[in-house]
Amino acid sequence: MNIIEYISQPWPWYVAGPLIGLTVPTLLIIGNKTFGISSSMRHICAACIPGNLPFFKYDWKKEIWNLFFVAGIFLGGVLAVSLLGNPEPIVVNPNLTEELNGYGITDYSSLMPSEIFNWANLFTIKGFIMMVVGGFLIGFGTRYGGGCTSGHAIMGLSTLQWPSLVATCCFMLGGILVANFVLPFILNL
Amino acid sequence: MENINTTPISGTIDQDLLLREQDAMCVNESKLEHKWYHNLKYLAVGIGFGILFVKAEIISWFRIQEMFRFQSFHMFGVIGSAVAVGMLSVFIIKKFNIKTIYGETIVFHVKEFNKGNIYGSLMFGFGWAITGACPGPLFAQIGSGATVIAVTLLSAIAGTWVYGYFRDKLPH
Repeated sequence: MNIIEYISQPWPWYVAGPLIGLTVPTLLIIGNKTFGISSSMRHICAACIPGNLPFFKYDWKKEIWNLFFVAGIFLGGVLAVSLLGNPEPIVVNPNLTEELNGYGITDYSSLMPSEIFNWANLFTIKGFIMMVVGGFLIGFGTRYGGGCTSGHAIMGLSTLQWPSLVATCCFMLGGILVANFVLPFILNL
Repeated sequence: MENINTTPISGTIDQDLLLREQDAMCVNESKLEHKWYHNLKYLAVGIGFGILFVKAEIISWFRIQEMFRFQSFHMFGVIGSAVAVGMLSVFIIKKFNIKTIYGETIVFHVKEFNKGNIYGSLMFGFGWAITGACPGPLFAQIGSGATVIAVTLLSAIAGTWVYGYFRDKLPH
C-alpha cells in the first residue's frame, strides 16, 4: 500500500484529536490568535450587513484572519475529497444503520446522507427543518452561547475556563436530547 | 455600554476590542499591523484543519449521530484528546513564557459567565444534532461537495445577525 492510499483511509481519533489540539498553540504562536470558528459568521455580518446594530459595528478587518482561516477550512475540504478521498463507504455502528434504515436513509457513500442533504429536499418540510432551521439554530445559538465547539470545548477548556465547561455540557446535552428524542420525528416527516 | 462579558487584560481600554470580545472566544489580541499576505498563514492552518475535518470524518452527519447516541467512541476521543493536547500546550506556553513569532507576549483572556452560555449553547446543541455540523465543519462540508450546505451556512449567518438584532432583549 502506498502512502497516498494509506492516508486516504479514515484517520483514527488519536491522530485527529491531537492535531486539532495543536491548532491552539499554532494560532497563538503565529500571531496571538485565539482558536475559534463561529465568530467568523459574526465578522461576515459586520462586513456585509451590519444594519446599524451596535453588535456588528466594530472594525471587522482586525479579525480578517478568522475569515482566511475558514476559507482555508473550505479549501481543505475540497483538497481532502479530491486528492485523499476515501472510496469506501463510511462504516457506522450497526444500531445506527438499523435505525436510519427505518427513515429510508441507506446511502453511506459520502459523509453526509444524500437522501436528506440535497437541493431538491430544501423545499420539503423535513429538508427545510434540517438545513435551514438547523443552520439558524447553529448561528443564533453559538453567538448567544459565546462560542462553538472550537471556542468553548477546545480553546475554553484548554485555558481552564469554567463558563466554557458549562457551555460544552449544555451543547452536548442539547445535542443528546434532540438526536434521541426529536430527530426521529423530523426524520419521519 | 452594558453586557460586556470580558475582563480587559491590559491597562489601556480599547473600545473596539471590547466590542469584538462580546460573546466571542476568539479575538485578535495582537496590536501589530501587518500586510494582508500575513493572513495567508491562517489560510494554510485552515487548509490543514479542513483536511483533518474530512479525513477524520468529523464533518460526517453519521459520526455526529453516533456521538449523540453513545454508539461510538470516535468523536469523544477526538474532542477529548484535542482538549488534552490544547491544555498541555497552554500550560507549556505559560510556563516557559513562549512568545509569538513576532516577539509579542501571548495573551489569554478570561471570559465571565453569563446565562447565554446556557441558553445559547443548548440551542446550538439542537442545531448540531439536526444538521450534524458545528460551524467549522459547515465550511468543510461545502468544500467536500455537499453544496447545499451553503444554504445552512447562510442560515447560520442569518441566525447570528438575528441574535445581534435581539441581543439587548435576551437574558444574559
